[in-house]
Amino acid sequence: MKRGKAFVSTFLLALFTYLVLTLAAGQSMAQDAPWDHIIWSFEEIIIGISVSLIVAALTDHILCRKEDYRMLNPVRWLIILVYSVPLFIEMAKANIDVAYRVITGKIEPGIVKIEPDLKTDLGITILANSITLTPGTLTVEVDDEKSELYIHWIKMDDKPTERIAGSFVRWIRRFAE
Amino acid sequence: MTLPMLFIVILLLISLVFNGLGTIGLHRFPDVYTRLHAATKCTTFGTIFITFTVIAYSTRQYILTDEAKFLNMAIHTLIALAALLLTNPTGAHAIARAAHKMGIKPKKAVRDDLEEADLQKKKEVD
Repeated sequence: MKRGKAFVSTFLLALFTYLVLTLAAGQSMAQDAPWDHIIWSFEEIIIGISVSLIVAALTDHILCRKEDYRMLNPVRWLIILVYSVPLFIEMAKANIDVAYRVITGKIEPGIVKIEPDLKTDLGITILANSITLTPGTLTVEVDDEKSELYIHWIKMDDKPTERIAGSFVRWIRRFAE
Repeated sequence: MTLPMLFIVILLLISLVFNGLGTIGLHRFPDVYTRLHAATKCTTFGTIFITFTVIAYSTRQYILTDEAKFLNMAIHTLIALAALLLTNPTGAHAIARAAHKMGIKPKKAVRDDLEEADLQKKKEVD
C-alpha cells in the first residue's frame, strides 16, 4: 500500500492530461445543448482511463521518486498559477530593458553567484527557469549541494541575490518549501 | 476594423517588434552568452504574444461561428505555451552551460564568479 498514493496521483495526472488534450475534439452527445462539444465521448473516456492506468503502472516510481507528497495539496497549485502573474510582469519589464540595450549597445556583462537558500529540487528548478526566462539574466551553472546558482548578467550591479531573485524566491518559498 | 480585430492586430504587432529586436540583438552582441539573451529571451516574449494572438483569434471565431474546432485550437495553443515556457529556459541553460564547460569566456566581463569557483575546485583536487 506504500506505492498506492504514488500510483493514484500519477494516474490522475495522466488522465487529466489526456482529457485536456482531447477536450472539444470528441463527438457531441446532444446536438442542441449549448456546450455539447466540450463533452468527451464515452469511448474517449474509456481509452483515456486504460491508457492512464498503463502509464501509472509503468512510471509511478519516476514521478514520485521520494516519499514526499507536499505537491498533492491543491493550494500549492493555485499559488503556482498566481505566480505566473508577477513572473509575466517581471518578464515584460526586463524585456523592455534588454530591448533598450539591443538598440544602444550599452552592456556590462559578468557572471555572478547568488545564494537563494531554497532546499527542494522543485524550488531550485523553478527558480532557475524563472531567472532564465526573464531577459538580462541567464542561469549558467547550478551547484546542487550548496544550492547556489551562477548567473550571467547583462548589466552588472551590486546586491545580485536581491536584485535578480528577491521576489522570485519569496514566491517560490510559498509553494515549494 | 472591429475592436476585437484591432486588439488581435496590436498583439501581433507587439510580438513582431520583440522578435525583430531579438534578431537584431543576435547580430549586435559580442559573444555567445549575450547573444543567448537576445536570441532566446526576446523571441520567447514575442512568441508568447503570438500564442496570445492565436488564442484571442480562435476565441473570437468560436464565439462568432460556434464551431468546436476553434475552441480546440485555443486549448492546444495554451498547451503549446506551457511547453514553450518549460523547454525554452532549459535549452538556453543547456547551451550556456556547454559553452562554459568548453572554456568560452564571457567577453567584456567585469566579474566571473564561476571561473573563480572552478579554479578553487581544481586547487582542492590537486
